[in-house]
Amino acid sequence: MSGVQDLNTPMLALQGVHKRFGGLHAVNDVSFQVAAGSIKAVIGPNGAGKTTLFNLIAGNLPVSAGTIVFQGQEIQGKKTHQVARLGMARTFQNIKLFHGMTALECVMVGRHVQSRSGFFAGMFNLPSTWKEERAIRARSLELLELMQIADLAGVEATSLAFGQQRAVEMARALASEPKLLLLDEPAAGLNIYETAEVARLICAIRDMGVTVLLVEHDMSLVMDISDEIVVLSFGSKLAEDTPANIQKDAEVIKIYLGEDDAG
Amino acid sequence: MLTRKNYSLAGLCLATVGLHLLTVLADAPFYLTQLTMAAYYGLVIIGLGVLMGYAGQISIGHAGFFAIGGYVSAALTTRNLAPFEASWPVRLLDGLGLLVPGQDVYGAHLLTVSPWAACGCAVTAAAVIALIIGVPVLKLKGHYLAMATLGFGTIIYRILLASPYFGEADGISETPGFTLLPALGSWGPLVISGDVEHRVANFYLAWGVLIVGAWLLLNLIGSRVGRALRSLHSSEEAAEASGVDTARFKLQVFILSAVYAAVAGALLTHFNGGIGPSEASVMKSVRYVALVAVGGMTNLWGALIMGVGLTFLSLRGVFGAFDDAVFGLILIFVMLFAPDGILSLRLKPLLRRMFLGGPS
Amino acid sequence: MSLDLFFQYLFAGITYGAIYAVVAIGFNIIYNATGIINFAQGEFVMLGGMISISLLPFMPLWCAIAAATALTMLIGAAIEMLFIRWLQSPSVLRLIIITIGISILLRESALHIWGESIRSLPYFYGNEITTFSVGSVHISPQVVWVIAASGVMMGGLSLFFKSTPIGREMRACAANRTAALLCGINARNMVTLSFMLSAGIGALAGCVMSPITYTQYDSGTSLAIKGFTVAILGGLGNSMAAVAAGILLGIIEAFSVSVVPLAFQDAISIAILLIILFVKPHGLFGSSEAARLKDF
Repeated sequence: MSGVQDLNTPMLALQGVHKRFGGLHAVNDVSFQVAAGSIKAVIGPNGAGKTTLFNLIAGNLPVSAGTIVFQGQEIQGKKTHQVARLGMARTFQNIKLFHGMTALECVMVGRHVQSRSGFFAGMFNLPSTWKEERAIRARSLELLELMQIADLAGVEATSLAFGQQRAVEMARALASEPKLLLLDEPAAGLNIYETAEVARLICAIRDMGVTVLLVEHDMSLVMDISDEIVVLSFGSKLAEDTPANIQKDAEVIKIYLGEDDAG
Repeated sequence: MLTRKNYSLAGLCLATVGLHLLTVLADAPFYLTQLTMAAYYGLVIIGLGVLMGYAGQISIGHAGFFAIGGYVSAALTTRNLAPFEASWPVRLLDGLGLLVPGQDVYGAHLLTVSPWAACGCAVTAAAVIALIIGVPVLKLKGHYLAMATLGFGTIIYRILLASPYFGEADGISETPGFTLLPALGSWGPLVISGDVEHRVANFYLAWGVLIVGAWLLLNLIGSRVGRALRSLHSSEEAAEASGVDTARFKLQVFILSAVYAAVAGALLTHFNGGIGPSEASVMKSVRYVALVAVGGMTNLWGALIMGVGLTFLSLRGVFGAFDDAVFGLILIFVMLFAPDGILSLRLKPLLRRMFLGGPS
Repeated sequence: MSLDLFFQYLFAGITYGAIYAVVAIGFNIIYNATGIINFAQGEFVMLGGMISISLLPFMPLWCAIAAATALTMLIGAAIEMLFIRWLQSPSVLRLIIITIGISILLRESALHIWGESIRSLPYFYGNEITTFSVGSVHISPQVVWVIAASGVMMGGLSLFFKSTPIGREMRACAANRTAALLCGINARNMVTLSFMLSAGIGALAGCVMSPITYTQYDSGTSLAIKGFTVAILGGLGNSMAAVAAGILLGIIEAFSVSVVPLAFQDAISIAILLIILFVKPHGLFGSSEAARLKDF
């Protein structure tokens, strides 16, 4: 699939995207593209509309206007699970793991789009499901190993340490074998070593052929790993450039970093 | 997990035989009647348990589905179709061999639907109604979902109470027995009915249905679909992001639980020989919710054991005139003190402390 | 339909509608203070009627009504203190089930105290056949009592919430519990108070409607469902809209009698509830954006 795809077609393209909540214009005419195989970051002060933008892309919220094209297909108006099925996975800013399920089971849910056993096959425990179930389990364990938490596979996910929960969530997202991975503040709440580990991991994921779009507050992380950065302020796109140029952009420094210093 | 599930099911089979032996030893075969009924109610409760505990959707209208199953089956097997013999639906049924001719006490010609077809219709009707109701209802959450399902149950109750076809306040009686298997050699026929001669067979049949029902649900919970259901209970947003079509799975499990209720309703009606509108009342629906809650929302075995046990006690009249009040109290106390179910209370350490003293 | 009949139905509709509105406001008071839908709301109405009927032989009518209202308020407060107050961040499902349990307990207690018989208070003025005429339309004086009492309750409540310190504190708790706590308001007592208020207006409504609709131990459930329908129709938490919605439902119900048999009347109003929930769950007057933000 991705081999056939023209390298010039972007993985994701936003065109004139708007989102209004009553009187609040949370996302205002945002357009940008994410090249296949790249790491792109969205930054901006609190309340700039970053998470709203993610929710629009992932189909959690309907856009008020504009188009979102994923792998050449318009996805605005599609439901979240349909978007997920097309090959987009995400993590959440406030981690959303499943209560009462082990880390392994959480990741196995991530394999949902890669498996097919239905309601009746499950109820009657048909032999056809056995092989698939084994495959789901094996791949999920592999991903937990990639995250270096395979030894915690049997532990209830919500009782894990914060960083480990992040890792489980990342494994769950990867389990769907996505083309595009949305990471909502992957380093929030992590210490400096864990953040470095996350940076290494994101690069490894990119090298696996997964395009990454992330929202992040940690500037060092963003500047280190991103190929390109989009800056949002009050819902509008302020700048879009390489990390080196963004760091020099006077307006970005004034509105984003300056405000950050003041705050 | 797989083996544990099978051991538990085998244990349930043994318990069934054990219960039978107990009634024989105690020389109290009449207990079998209530045990049979309790098993059918248990089927409703485990179906509702999967909906509430695993998919996280409350339904205070499940007595409605139970009543649809019971009433449709009862009406089709008792209401005389002879006056409509010329109409095409009746002729179609006749052509398919699904009608049973008979005679009433005055010797008049009677034409009714065979129990097999009637039960099929009843369960299909419940499934279709669950589908129609489920699509809009399951979009609701929390209080709204509770009130909508309560409203659904009340509508069914009112309709049954107001329709002459369904016998109004009297319900439908004299429902014929349901011959599952004809007589084979030395074996008598397998008939679902309350007759004393069929008592033991019916006991095993009901518990067999319950065990098979539990087996299917346990399989489901452990499967890919079951994982998806559990995930949407905890976080619909994250489940959707993982590609789980939450609306569809909620609907499927809603229909499944409605089918469980309808099957139980239809079979129990043939066993009892009739059904009354109280089976559709809000109090019944609340009782099912209470029994699921007592057993533990995410504990199918708990729901099954507490459901069958308490229903049996209730049917034996242990709670007397306070029957409904007891279930109300149970509901409150379980939700106040043991929201994960009575069986989740750590009894072992508690007992140890009580009998041996000191910390556990 | 003749014009006379039309007005007859209209007045019946407004009478019932006023009662539904009062029950809906009872839902709203507790919902605003706690976010709970109190499934036992209808039982407060039933208790008001039953207690006043039992007290009537010992005291004048107005005393019996006042005492019944006060007693029901005490019961409301007791329920909150026993079952709700000490729960720590309970889930919605738990609260639903607890209030359902409470409604069953109240109903069953009523069954054991008063039995299954249908009772009623006497007409406050005249009797069943006393009517006064407006043009060619005959209206029972009790209808006027019901409408007047409902109006007084609604006016009184709105005055209470707007201009008394306690009313303002309750509104503060409803708007932002944490901020209210920081301002030194005892939010827990406000929740108890909301249960008392809600029980009180329910009981009063139960008294004035008793001569017309009669009171039975299980008359609460259908009232609760209809009151909830009205609360949703007006937008949960919005009491003024509930009045309009209540009268609307009452009138629809009254006129439906001319089309379908009486036995299906409840089914009709519940079907309306389902349709509203499916089509406009945030109410006729509410906004969908605001409804999304509420945590159901």
